[in-house]
Amino acid sequence: MVSRRNFLIGGAALPFLSYINLADTVFAATPKDILVVAQQLDNMTSLDPHEGFEAVGGEMISNMYEKLVRANSDNPNEVTPVIAASWEADADSKVFTFKLGNSKFASGAAVTAEDVAFSLQRAIKMNKSPAFIINQFGFTAENVETLIVAKDEKTVTITTEKPTAISFLLFCLSANIGAIVEKKTVLENEVNGDLGNAWLQKNSAGSGSFKLQAWKASESIAMTLNEHGPYKGNLKRVIIRHVVDPSSQMLMLQKGDVDIARDLTSEQLKVLQSDENVVLVRKQIASLMLISMNQSNPNLAKPQVWEAVKWALDYDGIQKNIIPLTHAVHQSMEPAGFPGTVMDTPFQKDVAKAKALMAEAGLADGFDITMDHYSAQPAPDIAQAIQANLGEIGIRVKLQSAENRQVLTKMRARQHEMALSAWGTDYFDPNSNAEVFCINKDNSDDAKKKPFAWRSSFKNDELTAKAEAARDEKDPAKRLELYEALQREFMHNSPFAVMFQNTKTAACRKGVDGFQLGVLSEGNSYLGTSKA
Amino acid sequence: MNRRFKSLAATLSSVLLTLFGLTVLTFLIGRVMPVDPVIAAVGDNAPEDVILRVRAEMGLDQPIPVQFLHYLNQLIHGDFGMSVLTKNPVATDIVRFFPATFELATAALILAALIGIPLGVWAAVRQGTFTDQAIRVVCLAGHSVPVFMLSLISLLIFYSWLDIAPGPGRQDIIYDGMIDTVTGILTIDTLIAGDFDAFWDALAHMAQPVIILAYFSMAYIARMTRAFMIDALKGEYVITARAKGLSLTTVIWGHAFPTVAVQLVTVMALTYAGLLEGAVVTETVFSWPGIGQYLTVSLMNADMNPVVGTTLLIGIIYVGLNLIADILYRVLDPRVQ
Repeated sequence: MVSRRNFLIGGAALPFLSYINLADTVFAATPKDILVVAQQLDNMTSLDPHEGFEAVGGEMISNMYEKLVRANSDNPNEVTPVIAASWEADADSKVFTFKLGNSKFASGAAVTAEDVAFSLQRAIKMNKSPAFIINQFGFTAENVETLIVAKDEKTVTITTEKPTAISFLLFCLSANIGAIVEKKTVLENEVNGDLGNAWLQKNSAGSGSFKLQAWKASESIAMTLNEHGPYKGNLKRVIIRHVVDPSSQMLMLQKGDVDIARDLTSEQLKVLQSDENVVLVRKQIASLMLISMNQSNPNLAKPQVWEAVKWALDYDGIQKNIIPLTHAVHQSMEPAGFPGTVMDTPFQKDVAKAKALMAEAGLADGFDITMDHYSAQPAPDIAQAIQANLGEIGIRVKLQSAENRQVLTKMRARQHEMALSAWGTDYFDPNSNAEVFCINKDNSDDAKKKPFAWRSSFKNDELTAKAEAARDEKDPAKRLELYEALQREFMHNSPFAVMFQNTKTAACRKGVDGFQLGVLSEGNSYLGTSKA
Repeated sequence: MNRRFKSLAATLSSVLLTLFGLTVLTFLIGRVMPVDPVIAAVGDNAPEDVILRVRAEMGLDQPIPVQFLHYLNQLIHGDFGMSVLTKNPVATDIVRFFPATFELATAALILAALIGIPLGVWAAVRQGTFTDQAIRVVCLAGHSVPVFMLSLISLLIFYSWLDIAPGPGRQDIIYDGMIDTVTGILTIDTLIAGDFDAFWDALAHMAQPVIILAYFSMAYIARMTRAFMIDALKGEYVITARAKGLSLTTVIWGHAFPTVAVQLVTVMALTYAGLLEGAVVTETVFSWPGIGQYLTVSLMNADMNPVVGTTLLIGIIYVGLNLIADILYRVLDPRVQ
């Protein structure tokens, strides 16, 4: 008979015993030529560059494909040549000629004008979510083969429907929708006329730093070096592991099982700030947190109320106390890091001024209103602070928390009153946000275009005209001036209170250098990354 | 024969009705929930024409009864639809994700039974003593401390501090892509591949989540075993056995336990079903690509085909295990026969 003591000792030892033979087999540090990243990969839907339209997929795509040009992270007013070595516009600003450099696909084949024309034509013909970024220049499935043409092996011309600012075209071509795929490989894998879409969702055919080795949804993405590509560092593979839990990411980073952790919380980043083994790479990204006031509500339709709300908010207090490491105060509709962004922050908490505006609106006694917000932190904490701030000027806010897609669905159906939500910019040009915030020509329920302004029933013809004028201005410098003026007007004369801009942080282990975060996810690059 | 046939027919009808009800319910929940599934497919910023086109492609522009009939027709042909997120047929995804959960759940159940049943028996035999109280505390802790807390504490102690266990994930990064998938059960696939280092690595990665899940399940099994055994020990046949002078071990394991075992079959079946439906939290903390994580991610992204498909799978598991428990009940209990 086993004694009680022996049984207890045995029972207690059992969990430990299970490790004894196993401990030797684990805990190898990650190899020097493999970069291991912990990241949440759960909303990635496609790795086809002409289809993928969300942040994580966009980042992977941009590391596997090159575009004619890319946004310049040091100087947002310029673009950097990539596949295109040079470009020029004709006198009418309608025909743009690109001369190609010497890029090579992962297959070893040179990138030709035929590949470029095919890729841009493919993006238009497939007409997936991001296609609007380039079809706004007048391209359709029917005309694109005559408007985007390979003139010779190294020359491509793009003809736009109307005179176009070259900077606008270049910025749009720097988006992933402008990625160049290898025509031969893609067509070899075409099924039922899908232009290789099904195949490219899970494979790659680009000239970027890496090529796709394997994508296991909800598990990992592995990319291997494109030996013919632009990457010159010591990495042979990049493996991105799907690690949902930030606490697990943190432990894995500290143990050295991953080299970069991408989704740490504010509290964890605070701890890591003083950790000498970790380097934090930070970047303000093109994601704004803002309050939308639906104009179908009579109280919220009053311009004095828009201003009152903006003057009632304690931007600095919320930023310092709730989101010190993840957001910065930002009040323009264009994100910092974009061409022509105005960094003014004219609003700060001024209760007396806000109350005066409420009185001017005939609402001195305030009113009741509902505000929807995301249920994921930090939105609930921020919403509560907003509730307190607006309470001081008589606006009694009832908070409604829901999963973010639920909030977005409600906003798209124009069923919200106020909503605290986020807006991510689509492509690297001021028109991207100006269009969705200012250009709303049809405010009817069944409008063909439903930009962000439409969701809150906001239509201002004057702003629309100014946004269109800025978009169509051909002189790049003057164009930016127009956008700056537009932003300042929008700050004061719109039912949108832009409050914060998100900051992303990648925590890298010491020895990992050169990883770059971009203002858009497609700027997140392993191109300069090396590992000691 | 006729009676048996009727019984079988009744059971099958009940199973089909349950699964049909489950399909209707899950499908309806998926269609009436206040999230637009098209957003999951194309993103919030997609232009209106793309949204309309994709809505039509997904059949979501049809009335709900039409959508349901279409879905049923697909199901009858073995098609669970496509996942928007993974771009795979749902059946393919299930085949990929389920073995990971199966591996975890089976190992956890075996461990939980091996520890929980003796502990429960011991507690019953020592009812009211310090031993019983100690086991009660251990079991209560296992059942009342949230699994994510246990998981994180386990990672912190054994992975981070003591450095005797691997971190989250199913295998070390150096084995990534090295093992061909045959069964999807990594410990078996590594053996098939003849790679014993990879086998030990897979086993090491399993240890923590298995122990956490086993602890959680063990607590329930031990408590139920104790309760059943206390009842059994009061039986006249046990008193008779004792009066005959049989050893305590023979009385407990030879006379009382067979009765308990019959009741434990149901407990074990339900525990196993609970584990197989996906230990979502454990899978999340340990980055275990199992069915629970697949279901959660799909649900959070309003990707409804995987949600309905996985829910059906879970329903089938529950019904199947209940059937097996039913059969075992008949085998183990002569009175039912």
